[in-house]
Amino acid sequence: MKIQILGTGCAKCQKLAQVAEQAAGELGLAYEMEKVTDPMRMAQMGVMRTPALAVDGVVKLSGRVPEAAELKLLLGAPR
Amino acid sequence: MTPRSQRAAVDPELLWLLAVPVWIAAYASLVPLADLLFGLTPLMRDTRLGEAVWFFLYDVPKVLLLLTGVVFAMGILRSFFSPERTRVLLAGRREGVGNVAAAGLGIVTPFCSCSAVPLFIGFVSAGVPLGVTFSFLVAAPMVNEVALGLLLALFGWKIAALYLVLGLAVAIGAGVVLGRLRPERWVEPWVLAQRAAPDLAEEALAWPARIRLGRDAVVEIVGKVWPWIIAGIAVGAGIHGYMPEDLLASFMGREAWWSVPLAVLLGVPMYSNAAGVIPVVEALLGKGAALGTVLAFMMSVVALSLPEVLILRRVLRPQLIAAFVGVVAAGILLVGYVFNLVL
Repeated sequence: MKIQILGTGCAKCQKLAQVAEQAAGELGLAYEMEKVTDPMRMAQMGVMRTPALAVDGVVKLSGRVPEAAELKLLLGAPR
Repeated sequence: MTPRSQRAAVDPELLWLLAVPVWIAAYASLVPLADLLFGLTPLMRDTRLGEAVWFFLYDVPKVLLLLTGVVFAMGILRSFFSPERTRVLLAGRREGVGNVAAAGLGIVTPFCSCSAVPLFIGFVSAGVPLGVTFSFLVAAPMVNEVALGLLLALFGWKIAALYLVLGLAVAIGAGVVLGRLRPERWVEPWVLAQRAAPDLAEEALAWPARIRLGRDAVVEIVGKVWPWIIAGIAVGAGIHGYMPEDLLASFMGREAWWSVPLAVLLGVPMYSNAAGVIPVVEALLGKGAALGTVLAFMMSVVALSLPEVLILRRVLRPQLIAAFVGVVAAGILLVGYVFNLVL
């Protein structure tokens, strides 16, 4: 599974990446993480508020850092 | 169902609403609190040092409380808006009505200058006219909860309301003027070639989630600015106690025509420490600085920030960046002068 963190490198984006790594680790997921910092790609994905999280190309969340429990739900839920 | 399980059914986030009566009680006891704390010092209030210290002990809790209240309320209000919904409301709007709507929505739509570029692309690709987009980009950082909360705490609601109205006026005016300059020629071509990405699925939020967003906003914003505020109030308290009356009036008063442009020039490069500057400015005002000059300074600190301008360079040509900064600065100058003339 591919986890993308969209953000320009602000503190919240790093926080989201960290929480996502932790959640994915605890779920025992096989994943690769990519940090998307190019605003053009963010816009193409429809994201106007950073930080955002996409799983396999689908934006799941934007504009906030969720708690670990919610993030696990987003990463674990079938699409 | 036992009482215990009923209690468990209440979302713990709702307990944060209990902070509201605590907040009110704290706000009502600011003077006794300052007196109590002051009693712990060996100072007397009729000395200069004593007066400055008492002022500090009263102002710090007051400003932090009011700021917390405004940020919390704004955080909840913003949970009802999103850039996606705002973009739909603004798409295809004509100038005038569109600029007014964009400035108003700029206040309540969640916005961070770090995502100014994807937001700009998102708006323009969905058919929001450039001038209307600029009205949004001016209003969103200028009329923010920190500025409003601090103005409310230090200057009262009338000045806070005035700031709100004038901030909207500058945002609307700047957007209309920029829209007339045929700004399309100065936008990087790849931006205009973007096709609108499909809207993201809207998150349906329940009240506990909204309250959490309000709380998060308090932790994030107040958590970041409180040292600046305390430092600012300390300097302000010193000015209250020591600086001679009317010294400032000579070079920050309304007679000095150059005070407004100087205030704007000083304000533009400042950004992160705006929260600490405002209490100092309040003290200056008390010593004869003119209100228009002070408001112009504040607006330029928060509306035009160097980091945001640098970020926007990725989508805008230098000509448009210059026009953007120039038009907004001109609007702020106008506000400063009109104020100094009228009041």
